[in-house]
Amino acid sequence: MSLPDVGFYVICALAIIGLAYEAITQPTAFVQISIFGIADGAMYALVALGYTMVYGIIELINFAHGDVFTLGAYIGTAILGFFSFNEDSFTTVNLLALLLVFPVVMLIIGGINVGIERIAYRPLRNAPRLAPLITAIGMSFVVEGVMFLWHGPATVHVPDLLPHGPGFETTIAGVFIGFKDVFVVVTTVILVALLAVFINRTRLGKAMRATAQDRDAAQLMGIDINRTIAATFFIGALLAGAGGMIWGLYYNNIFYNLGFRTGLVAFTAAVFGGIGNIPGAAIGGLLIGLISAYSDSYIGSKWTEVVIFGILIAVLVFRPTGLLGMRVPEK
Amino acid sequence: MSEPVARKPRFPMSLLQRRRRIRDRDAVIYGVLLILALAFPAAVLYATGSNALISQAGHAGTYVLLAIGLNVVVGFAGLLDLGYAAFFAIGAYTYALFASTQLGSSPLHQSYHLPFWLMIFVGMFVAAAAGAILGFPTLRLRGDYLAIVTLGFGEIVPQLSYNLPQWTGGINAIGGIDSPSLPAWITGPWAGASNIAIIRPDTCRVLGNSTKFAPCFSFGFDPIAFYVLVVIMIIGAVILVGNLHRSRLGRAWMAIREDEVAAAAMGINTVTTKLLAFAIGASFSGFAGAYYGASFGLVSPDSFLFLVSITVLVMVVLGGMGNITGVIVGALVIYFVLNSVLPALPSTVESLANNFGLSWLNVQNGDWPGLAQETQRVNFLVYGLILVLMMLLRPQGIFPSRVREQELKHAAVQEEEPEVEASHAS
Repeated sequence: MSLPDVGFYVICALAIIGLAYEAITQPTAFVQISIFGIADGAMYALVALGYTMVYGIIELINFAHGDVFTLGAYIGTAILGFFSFNEDSFTTVNLLALLLVFPVVMLIIGGINVGIERIAYRPLRNAPRLAPLITAIGMSFVVEGVMFLWHGPATVHVPDLLPHGPGFETTIAGVFIGFKDVFVVVTTVILVALLAVFINRTRLGKAMRATAQDRDAAQLMGIDINRTIAATFFIGALLAGAGGMIWGLYYNNIFYNLGFRTGLVAFTAAVFGGIGNIPGAAIGGLLIGLISAYSDSYIGSKWTEVVIFGILIAVLVFRPTGLLGMRVPEK
Repeated sequence: MSEPVARKPRFPMSLLQRRRRIRDRDAVIYGVLLILALAFPAAVLYATGSNALISQAGHAGTYVLLAIGLNVVVGFAGLLDLGYAAFFAIGAYTYALFASTQLGSSPLHQSYHLPFWLMIFVGMFVAAAAGAILGFPTLRLRGDYLAIVTLGFGEIVPQLSYNLPQWTGGINAIGGIDSPSLPAWITGPWAGASNIAIIRPDTCRVLGNSTKFAPCFSFGFDPIAFYVLVVIMIIGAVILVGNLHRSRLGRAWMAIREDEVAAAAMGINTVTTKLLAFAIGASFSGFAGAYYGASFGLVSPDSFLFLVSITVLVMVVLGGMGNITGVIVGALVIYFVLNSVLPALPSTVESLANNFGLSWLNVQNGDWPGLAQETQRVNFLVYGLILVLMMLLRPQGIFPSRVREQELKHAAVQEEEPEVEASHAS
């Protein structure tokens, strides 16, 4: 164990001791904060999965991913505009709208992300690594620009479709749990489980893993690299679109540059879990959600951003492979 | 492609010619830029009678300095820095804290008024030190990890200045920053003019005793004085960076950019070399930051956000990474587009619509905010499209560096070769 590792463990231990103190002295508040953190973390995990999949397969930090996530919420809101549902009580129309809007948004966002890959990343596949990174930042601005043109700088209201109110919430031993919190976590778990099955059990998933491991060898084995990479972008965007929609339904407010900060936080989560590692991204998302909830309550919300980016730097310095990452030799 | 045999012998010859042509081109660009820089204030004063444009040119000069500095990091050493504005902020805050009354209201209860000429080097040094401290543990990381670390750092620094208002003034910014001043006997050729700075008896503090004043030539808010200062700073920076580029260190940077493993095998200490690139790049940013604080008289965390880092990066990439003249031209072009073309666009579009009988487009109607308003919103989109198109169409920039142009050419030839062999085989 080297010196940086020791430093890393010392910081972790101090943070855990501080949290344990809070948990013992004020258990109710601690559990309540943890629940909010888990709900947030589930959404970060959905976005982080897209970052980690793309990075795993073409080693690109897809800056546009956070904005694609926001675009999902924007498109979902536009689709919901066609329904005449009831925000105050949960009706059949609400259920139908929800069942329809998720797959439609996911497919549209998936298509858009594949288009972005086709236009901005594929032509630069063999260019110096700086080039696709800059087009990624450019595409991020383009997507933000589209949303800015669409609704301007103001926040956009997303209809409060999910069941809420007295019938759909409960208080257990002073801890408030709403249907929304449960919905967010359950949906995320289902999506991540589907992703895991897809990656591990299907032909295309196998092709993805092979391409991530060694692109040239995969090509020699007859795998269509372009198709596999496009599929990776498509699936990453399916999760981001669902994540955006869930975010919108949970918070009911979205704005055009929401994706910048969310994207950076989700990327931190992906790095935290070990970039390129799919279970790592899910766990990293959850941890980052918890950490930002604790930081919001115990340190102050204005310091949360500093804490998260501090963690990002600390992880990269002390443990560049993340919590679950493997050591990769430099090529 | 169809006649590979006929094409090959011409290749070395054209390479030599291109090398000479590019060297001439750089000399011509330097000459044109220098003449423009000298003629610009006189021409503007003669044509418009106001010095608003000169003030803008002085601000553009800040970006030129930043781009020259980032070029050392990105263009020479090939390290991607996405948080360059953080070092800019560090330089600006270093000057602002020690040249205003801000520290008097901080927990120190003692304000300092150190002279600009000292602080500009202190700011440079502090920014370089920050670069070295950030770089030391992180430069071992692979390229894009470094980009992320700098991105995180670039987010943390403005956030810290928002969150520590007792030191940095927070969102209210630090105002009333001292202007640079020169001893009274240096008045410059501009001293006689009626509408610009003159000797003032009561604006300059005596060094060591901040309550006493001595007569001096103060820059005040005189744009021409700042313009002259920034032009001199840019010339100094160009000479310095040009020499660095040709030095042993510069060659080591380029070796690392091309192949780090091979460079290490040749005996280059990659960590020290990269650290130097990072620290030297940051020092230019600190230098520009001190100038920025002095010329604006106001330092606010809003001026150091991610967008500034990206803007400087775009200037470097668009101009031509690794080529100093290209970077200067790139900085001027992007600055002009961002600060003159895009802000003027809404009113231009509006009047165009009126001329073509489409004035109904200008009226606000429900969700439609009016054409001018909508055009104003298009800025972000245009900016992103510039980035994407630039990388797709001309990744080497407007004026690529000599070496890079050859590299790209070489890479293209290498890519063609297997196909040539294939056609021979068949």
